[in-house]
Amino acid sequence: MSNELETKRRFSVASSPHISSSDSTPNLMLDVIIALLPAWLVAIYFFGFRVVTLTAVTIAAAVGAEYLYRRLTRQHQTVGDLSAAVTGLLLAMCLPVETPYWVAVIGSVFAIVVVKQLFGGLGKNFMNPALAGRVFLFSFTAFINKYAAPGRTFWAPIFGSAAGKPDVVSAATPMSYLHQGLLPEGVSLRQLLVGQQAGCLGEVASLMLILGGVYLVLRKVISPRIPLCYLGTVAVLTFLFPMGGIPRTDWMLYNLLSGGLMLGAIFMATDYVTSPVTPTGRTVYAVGCGALTVFLRYFGSYPEGVSFAILVMNTLVWSLDKAFPPHRFGTPWFKKKEKKEASK
Amino acid sequence: MNHRFFGGVHPKGHKEYTQALAVTPLPQPPGLVVLPMSQHVGPPCAPTVSVGDSVKVGQTVGEPTGLGAPIHSSVSGKVVAVEPRPHAGGTPVMSVVVENDGENTPADPIPRPAPPEQLTPEQVIDIVRAAGITGMGGAGFPTHVKLSSALGKVDTVILNGAECEPYLTADHRLMLEQPEKVIEGGRVLMRALGLEKLVIGVEANKLDAVEALKAKAPADVEVRPLRVRYPQGAEKQLIQNITGRQVPPGGLPANVGCAVFNVATAAAVYDAVFDGKPLTHRIVTVTGKGVVHPANFFVPLGTPMEYLVEAAGGLKGNPGRVLCGGPMMGIAQYDLTASIIKGNNGLLVMSTREYSPTPKGVLTCIHCGRCVSACPMHLVPLSFNQRFSAGRFDELEGLRIMDCIECGSCAYSCPAHIPLVQAIRAGKNEVRKLQAAAKERAAAAAAQEAEKEATAK
Repeated sequence: MSNELETKRRFSVASSPHISSSDSTPNLMLDVIIALLPAWLVAIYFFGFRVVTLTAVTIAAAVGAEYLYRRLTRQHQTVGDLSAAVTGLLLAMCLPVETPYWVAVIGSVFAIVVVKQLFGGLGKNFMNPALAGRVFLFSFTAFINKYAAPGRTFWAPIFGSAAGKPDVVSAATPMSYLHQGLLPEGVSLRQLLVGQQAGCLGEVASLMLILGGVYLVLRKVISPRIPLCYLGTVAVLTFLFPMGGIPRTDWMLYNLLSGGLMLGAIFMATDYVTSPVTPTGRTVYAVGCGALTVFLRYFGSYPEGVSFAILVMNTLVWSLDKAFPPHRFGTPWFKKKEKKEASK
Repeated sequence: MNHRFFGGVHPKGHKEYTQALAVTPLPQPPGLVVLPMSQHVGPPCAPTVSVGDSVKVGQTVGEPTGLGAPIHSSVSGKVVAVEPRPHAGGTPVMSVVVENDGENTPADPIPRPAPPEQLTPEQVIDIVRAAGITGMGGAGFPTHVKLSSALGKVDTVILNGAECEPYLTADHRLMLEQPEKVIEGGRVLMRALGLEKLVIGVEANKLDAVEALKAKAPADVEVRPLRVRYPQGAEKQLIQNITGRQVPPGGLPANVGCAVFNVATAAAVYDAVFDGKPLTHRIVTVTGKGVVHPANFFVPLGTPMEYLVEAAGGLKGNPGRVLCGGPMMGIAQYDLTASIIKGNNGLLVMSTREYSPTPKGVLTCIHCGRCVSACPMHLVPLSFNQRFSAGRFDELEGLRIMDCIECGSCAYSCPAHIPLVQAIRAGKNEVRKLQAAAKERAAAAAAQEAEKEATAK
């Protein structure tokens, strides 16, 4: 042996497989952020520069809260996985542009500390942190009930919240019309698609949200199953039960494109931690989200039901995964039939 | 029509290192071969030679003690040691060490009672057994046992030429260079099982091999290109792909009327039946960025791995990991002292940048479900990791952990790089312990009962 030293060397050993895909948690989170960008840019266009500062505040608060919590509880640092940044961004996306910064900070801190970290951090929370943070902020309704109309002055003051002041132009969201069984006045479907409507930052630009969803599906970050089943259920139910004598198709399309549905179906309901992993579990979960959304929109006291619907279904994820395991390899699909045949 | 299996992954092939290289004999035969008595599923063989004996090529040096197949010397020469030696599986195994005299004196060929076309199934099984043939795709199940247990129960014979593991090209080159051996060996198996049709499944990234086989294939042989997706070559997935049938949990291919043999196994059957040669050599791909000249070698069994690396020009760069097999299921070697055995289709020397590093820090499952989407056995791998790390071993069996084929698709696709297969293997061990304990308890209870009855009488 010429190079005996070389061949006598010791090598590292490990369990197979010895290669892995290039996916990593931070990469997936980064993809979610990229997918949200188009809708966010449209929000800047319609609602002005305050969108940027508000988003910066929620992200900074979320990341800061995560950093401090991990630091103070002496646990390994997890800021680098970008999940806190995604939570901050998603929270901003479901706030109206005039939300006071301090309210946004409270929402972020609640989302990260109470909803996520107290349950053990990433992967352990049982509710979507951003949505739970948003719903927590319903306690501050007095400060965030004003929805600016699209086309707000770009350089409108970014400091000194306008919410609560009577002189601020605020518009009714399309959802508030739909809730009364009316079609939104003066808002066409085209406007809903591009985002020219009153509402929260991230929920207005339906087309861009769909674009983001397509990106996520193409990058295989999410499977299309949850968004399609969710939107499909809403479409079918609203088509079957239109309100107030409105033509079915119109009613269905307005329902699909208004409010937080697109944002919820594509970005919130697909949150890994709080959605099932088994294919059937995912279908049941998404159909449940859709049915609850329509139910709450029709009969709830709030105009919108998406966030509540998703949060309720979040709590069922563990049970859904258990109740709908994948079909066992090598076993018959229809057990009952076989038993009958055997008894014959 | 091909039926798809669920899940799977698509790792980079890396077959370009060796797929265009013809199979060559070793530049110099090894001076010493180490023949481990354990090269198959089942208990190790008992050595039938002792130190000082001279042996010929193809002479039996180990006889099975239970389930197994005999082991033959791959060189002629003198037995210099019968002692435990390092084994690719990790623990030392009783081995017969033969010093090569370089003469290659052949032993008597395996007797053949009739021409190949007229052999009865029993005669084929006897020849296959005498030739010591075991599954050459990796698992190493004795082929004669597979044949006799499949006799009369199967309607489809499949030759496995998928070679879905990245890097490996041993089967590819075999099909390309010796298609007639694969086909005729396969037809011997087919006839032995009383069937009239043979299907050879080849992954579609080896279309030249498909063409080579098709050119030599008679009417009763169908060569079928398969979707390029790991683990296409896993027995259960291959059967599912070709026949649409699913092997039941804990069952064998024969339960769904199938018998699957590796293409290299079929070629070994050809050598045994037509030429009377036992299984003493095999094609091994020596590859990876850690060797100077990757190659496909025709290797005497028992050749030490360091000798193979030497023949491939030695190590280069930063070889950090050596695998016996491919990167998805291969067994990592601590050093190069173990030797090549029957089921060993590749020796992969990976540079430190080629294999995924051992993950550091706390690995957090984010419940993304990629492992579920990748699992070809329809399992929920993340649940095994969850229960295992929580110490809830009693729940593992109900989650079907024993169905796992350890193909590694889940761990490959995990974005948090959780070593799922490792957790599953450890979990399976715990389940086996629980099962043994339950059995013991049941036996103890039965004994107590019997005693009670006896005293009552």
